[in-house]
Amino acid sequence: MSSLLLVELVVNGEPHGVAIAQQRTLLEVLREDLDLTGTKHGCELGECGACTVLMDGEPHLSCLTLAIEAEGREITTVEGLATADGLHPLQNAFAELSAAQCGYCTPGMLLTAKALLDANPAPTLGETKQALSGNLCRCTGYAKILEAVSLAAERMGSRR
Amino acid sequence: MTIVEKPRPDAAPVEAEELSVVGKPLPKVDATAKVTGRTRYTDDLRLPRMLTGKLLRSTRPHALIRRLDVSRALALPGVHAVLTGKDLPITYGILPVSQDEHTLALEKVRYVGEPVAAVAAIDEETAERAAGLIEVEYEDLPAAMSIPDALVPDTPRIHGEGSGPNVDRVAALEFGDVEAGFLEAEHLREDLFFFSGNAHMPLEQHSVLASWEAGKLTVWSSTQVPHYLHRTLAKVLELPASRIRVIAAPVGGGFGGKSDPFSHEIAAAKLAIVTNRPVKITLTREEVFYAHRGRHPVLMQVKSGFTADGRITALSFRNILDGGAFGSFGAATTYYTGALQGTTYRLPAYRFEAVRLHTNKPPCGPKRGHGTPQPRFALECHLDKVAEELGLDPVELRLRNAIEPFSQTVNHLRITSCGLIECIEKVVEASGFHDKHGRLPYGRGVGFAVSAYLSGAGLPIYFNDMSQSEVQIKVDRGGGVTVYSMAADIGQGSNSVLTYIVAEVLGIVPEDISVVTADTDLTPIDLGSYSSRVTFMAGNAALDAARKMRDLVVEAAAEKLEVDVAQLTTAGRRVFDCDDPEHGLEWEQAVHVASALRAPLVTAGSYRAPALAGPYRGSGVGPSPAYSFTAAVVELDCDQETGMVAVDQVWVAHDVGRAINPLLAVGQTEGSVYMALGEALLEQQSFRDGLLESTSLFDYKSPTVLEMPEVHTYLIETIDPEGPFGAKEAGQGPLLPVIPAVANALYDAVGVRIDEVPITPDKVLRALDLAAKGKLGRVGPKGMPAFDFPAPYRVEPPGEALP
Repeated sequence: MSSLLLVELVVNGEPHGVAIAQQRTLLEVLREDLDLTGTKHGCELGECGACTVLMDGEPHLSCLTLAIEAEGREITTVEGLATADGLHPLQNAFAELSAAQCGYCTPGMLLTAKALLDANPAPTLGETKQALSGNLCRCTGYAKILEAVSLAAERMGSRR
Repeated sequence: MTIVEKPRPDAAPVEAEELSVVGKPLPKVDATAKVTGRTRYTDDLRLPRMLTGKLLRSTRPHALIRRLDVSRALALPGVHAVLTGKDLPITYGILPVSQDEHTLALEKVRYVGEPVAAVAAIDEETAERAAGLIEVEYEDLPAAMSIPDALVPDTPRIHGEGSGPNVDRVAALEFGDVEAGFLEAEHLREDLFFFSGNAHMPLEQHSVLASWEAGKLTVWSSTQVPHYLHRTLAKVLELPASRIRVIAAPVGGGFGGKSDPFSHEIAAAKLAIVTNRPVKITLTREEVFYAHRGRHPVLMQVKSGFTADGRITALSFRNILDGGAFGSFGAATTYYTGALQGTTYRLPAYRFEAVRLHTNKPPCGPKRGHGTPQPRFALECHLDKVAEELGLDPVELRLRNAIEPFSQTVNHLRITSCGLIECIEKVVEASGFHDKHGRLPYGRGVGFAVSAYLSGAGLPIYFNDMSQSEVQIKVDRGGGVTVYSMAADIGQGSNSVLTYIVAEVLGIVPEDISVVTADTDLTPIDLGSYSSRVTFMAGNAALDAARKMRDLVVEAAAEKLEVDVAQLTTAGRRVFDCDDPEHGLEWEQAVHVASALRAPLVTAGSYRAPALAGPYRGSGVGPSPAYSFTAAVVELDCDQETGMVAVDQVWVAHDVGRAINPLLAVGQTEGSVYMALGEALLEQQSFRDGLLESTSLFDYKSPTVLEMPEVHTYLIETIDPEGPFGAKEAGQGPLLPVIPAVANALYDAVGVRIDEVPITPDKVLRALDLAAKGKLGRVGPKGMPAFDFPAPYRVEPPGEALP
């Protein structure tokens, strides 16, 4: 057990101290140590995007990120999207338009879309597709997801 | 054609404007949980003292196990148990006729990836290391990796003793006189097609958590079929079913791939029993591809006879299915490759022969469309060729032969509501098909096809005379309503559909309702989420239970209000006099009154499909209480330099009976189109030297958002007389016509025929090259291997007289 490292991870604004082996991925630590199971795993190889989280606002594949690399970064998971005031506009749009069928890809989709809209509040359809192209969905055919991102962008734009 | 049944008067269509919940684009009842990450899928569950299980899998496609030594694994610190085949000797399988699987291989292995041993340890790393310490010595046997391999006469049998061709199932049926139909025809054509195997690829890997406590086993699993898993666990573990509780956690995508009882589910349960600790097994993505049960590769020979004016005189199909190493649903799949051809066309005579072979590959099973997308691809491409030869428009050819509502197919399937022609007219008009077909510039084309699918298999998987779905409803004194059903929500939205139906009948809102589902301890039977059965069957059971609850509440309210029961209606969370809406009770008040006068406020409803099987062996596959119908037009571009095909737009019209929620029905349709495009152009299970090549999401190519075209979806409502509020299925049918429509569009674009899916660039280039050399621009199978089918069992088509 001498190989365990003490790491402080700031997730959704809250600091968490964990003692972990250095090879453990951010995905494993989020799910198994912090019980933040909203972050999903679909491939363990960085191919599906289901494990996407934000680090300092940028989408990262948590299955390919060591937890120790995430120290000192602001990590956002799906659990951190909603606030006490309610759901994030993307969450509302995904729910209203049924952009989540089985829902397994949804956390990764939402975070990737949030990073997109934060950087580019009014993306074209092509820009949205490009941003989401690393996130696989097997249920929806992506149509409702694209509509939901567009609806959220519209609402967030009109709120500014 | 005969009218087999008039709509039942008690199920008279309800006008949409009278409905307040059904037909509305409401969010799903679990939408908030899903967008906040709160939905707990199986792998998100943990229990105190939980161990991690791991399966050791075969590295050989076909071999005898000569030695299996687990001592080094057992000696590893942190390992709590190791199981081998001997610990679980009882066989199982989803179909009663195919009880051919062992939890862990006994004596021999039949495919690379077959589970051989199971380990439970304190964590995943230790379990993996322990699995690596298990010593297995194999004696290799020749492996059958293809249809021709499996038909070699003196090859060692994969199942059973000795040698011979590896035949699993054979079917041969003839309805009417096919040869007479061919003789009568003025135009005959024969074609060969091949449909490659492919995988479901749910985003969630299969996962199971088992717990053994005080003589009772509880199993949470990512399964579409908690009831069949319950039965299988009872059989293999030799436990009374009453000591087993199965809970299907929310499923992260199924598409048929989680419809079998699986080795990892039984192994986790056994490990939990022997260690007396909870055990979880979650498959890796690679293991999901080994667990498989995906689309059967099928080689097909189609022959048709037509009159000069484009009317079918006879049709025949001869299919060879590559089943993989075990039976799974294969006996049913075999019949499904012949069962639904007549659901779209009036066939005066029809012959169907099929053989399913065993090969040393992961077992094939049911994937979206279950055995029908392959022959539908063949049939719709074949008809496109026939239309061209007859000088007929491909749409007109379909219209001349289209099946009619309230008729019977040549193989005795009862057709009720049928919007096939409306679907055809809608997509043809919306896409401008007739302005485009044969008229677009070289490299761009449009293709057309149609299909039909079941709204639930008419017969249960194991023979019984019990109901296929039951629903219970309990009303709390505060007015809250709980709906109990074993239907598993696999993302299709079944929890929502049950909620909407009950809310509509009781005149309340979805937020008043909680659903408790897919738990064998808490919920009454539903056979599972397969064969597109849940909306129709669980929906009808919910309708039955809700009407009974409505009666209880309304009768009590009538006494209280001193009006005739027939005067009262339920809507807007009130029970009131329809002639004097002011005179009534709020829902909560009515529930109070009913709790006093009609306690307990508990009702139950059930559904069992009418007896629909025809008068022949094998007629159990195909009957359904209703069929959905679909038509599709695909427009695409083909790059002659690279052979790349890019689908630009898809128009799809689907006869859904009634959309209980149009948002969900459209979502199912769009998802079906997506999955069809993946199968048509990209997805393929491929092998090299007995090894599965496509075992990651990188190697197994599926469409990303960048490959998805614009999809124009039209829901056609025909209000089925027996569906709940007239509803039929939406989850599978819309996949079917899209694949042949792609192949037909490619022909329209560049004049070559790829009679084999997936239509990959190398095949397109090969066909273009052949055409450029003046040869037939076609890539596809060149012949059928010899196989002696038995003489078909002859069945007379249904007569013209009313039954």
